[in-house]
Amino acid sequence: MLQYTIRRLLSVIPVMFVVSVIVFMIVHLTPGNPALIILGEDTSPKAIADLEEQLGLNDPLYIQFFNWLSQVITGDLGTSVYSERKVTELIFSNFRPTFSLMSLSMILLLVIAIPAAIAIVALRKTVLDPIFTSVSLLGVSIPDFWLAILLVLGFGVALPVFPVAGYVPLTEGMGAWLYHLLLPAFVLAIVEVGIIARMLRDSMLESVNQDYTKTALAKGIKEREVLVRHVFANALIPTTTVLGATVAGLLGGTVIIETLFTIPGIGQLLIDSIHRRDYPVVQGVVLFIAAIYVLVNLLVDLLYTFLDPRIRYD
Amino acid sequence: MLKVDNLHVHLDTSDGIVKAVDGVTFSIEAGETIGIVGESGSGKSVLAHSLMRLNPEPPATYPKGKVYVNDRNVLQMNKKELRHLRGNQVAMVFQDPMSSLNPVFKVGKQLIEGIQAHRKRPKKEAKEKAIELLRDVGIPDPESRIDSYPHQFSGGMRQRVLIAMALASEPKLLVADEPTTALDVTIQAQVLDLLKQIQHKYGAAILIITHDLGVVAQLADRILVMYAGRIVEFGSTQDIFYRTAMPYTWSLLRSIPTAGAKRRLIPIDGQPPSLIHPPKGCNFEPRCPFATDACRHIDPDLEPRGDGHQAACILSASEFESIKEEVASS
Repeated sequence: MLQYTIRRLLSVIPVMFVVSVIVFMIVHLTPGNPALIILGEDTSPKAIADLEEQLGLNDPLYIQFFNWLSQVITGDLGTSVYSERKVTELIFSNFRPTFSLMSLSMILLLVIAIPAAIAIVALRKTVLDPIFTSVSLLGVSIPDFWLAILLVLGFGVALPVFPVAGYVPLTEGMGAWLYHLLLPAFVLAIVEVGIIARMLRDSMLESVNQDYTKTALAKGIKEREVLVRHVFANALIPTTTVLGATVAGLLGGTVIIETLFTIPGIGQLLIDSIHRRDYPVVQGVVLFIAAIYVLVNLLVDLLYTFLDPRIRYD
Repeated sequence: MLKVDNLHVHLDTSDGIVKAVDGVTFSIEAGETIGIVGESGSGKSVLAHSLMRLNPEPPATYPKGKVYVNDRNVLQMNKKELRHLRGNQVAMVFQDPMSSLNPVFKVGKQLIEGIQAHRKRPKKEAKEKAIELLRDVGIPDPESRIDSYPHQFSGGMRQRVLIAMALASEPKLLVADEPTTALDVTIQAQVLDLLKQIQHKYGAAILIITHDLGVVAQLADRILVMYAGRIVEFGSTQDIFYRTAMPYTWSLLRSIPTAGAKRRLIPIDGQPPSLIHPPKGCNFEPRCPFATDACRHIDPDLEPRGDGHQAACILSASEFESIKEEVASS
């Protein structure tokens, strides 16, 4: 297990290398002179030349890449062109709201999707099953930005239950934090709820027809317990895979949701930096998001050993 | 202790209603071993599952008949009563030991779950009982094996675990649905021996379902031959093997390989009839080497052929006996 963990951690290196090449190329694939784009049309050639020098744009591409990469490896993602603050510092200060949002979203997602899936499997022989399928499909199909606007209009404007925007850190009180974050977290979660609930339902329905379910029933165990214990435990394995991919969905969603609800998170930092052509920050944020995604999926792989004893990695 | 009375089980499929069990009557006395023999699709598994009402509903329905366990009709039980029946009075060993254990739980946990299902006891006591059960079914080193997962056992060992699980509440009737089909031959013999020992120790009646006449010959006191959802012959093991009175049973016996025999195996030609639209006359008529015109119109009932021996055929015992040789040589 330890060996496998180490091996998997090492395998992250080539993945991250490829990611870093792509991230690095962001600056150079954008048409035109990056320095010109950053500074705008009405800049003196001197200022452009200075910035080119500062960004090292005059060196050959591979030199630039290795200079950048060797900095990245030591944890230095460069300095923001706009605010002149360290990119790492910007990411860490902006990650807290994003982490809050994603965590709450994940909790909401599981709290809604798991009971929904179990309930629907228990009621699978009734009319509720096709209704559930349609509703979950609707959940998957709704664009989150549209739902966000709708919910803001509903619960922020028409029925002012929640604030329409803003963020309060957890350190200033759980109540205020939740009050501001509940609506955006819900919007972020709802699309994924449909995916996870359906995945779980399908896996559970498959597990319901397995022989071991029959064995459990033949022992005289309550149908509900068989469902929650035996069927659910087995359905969790394929669902976890999807849950790993869901993290990516949530991360992508935060970009839109944070902008809509003006939450000062990673997503907003990314959007703002793109608008400001603040390439070092864009590169840093994208690299950071990619790293999180890779690590989450590594975590999912390791989680399998706990969910399915048949999987042993040594 | 078990009485099945004119049981009908229908399966509602998109092609129509499958009469999987079509009027079956028999009973089992305490401590007795009965074998149900038939080919695939003869309705024997559906029948076995009906005894605990384990057939998924839908598609299964029970339009007619009764299943009495200790004078209580299983088909009219509510959920709570069914739970009390399952595992407690009637327990089941399933066909495929590879898939009948939950792969994500330790066998100990699955055993203890069965032990606790009907009589709550302290955890330690339940665990001791689980170890004892594993020892009874011949699992070596049960104290440590209890913490193994199903995939860490071989097929034969898993079937032993499943038998241990079935014995958790010391049921009065053990239903074994093709318990040896998925196992290789040497393991089959071990499992059959185990079932015999278990019966001796626990005094349970056993209903063993199989398509293998060799298995029932070893184990059963009485044999029930099923064809197309019905019982076509019923009698003591001696009756079935030596005083065969029904062409289907006769054909089945002819299709068994015998050690050392030089003759070729004689298969039963054709396919079992559709259970959605069964033939008008005798169900076996299309495949029967003895069939006459009359068989196409007459649907024979079980008729006595001697003490406790019954067969469903229009040929009387003596008629059947007299033309048997002729058919065999043709």
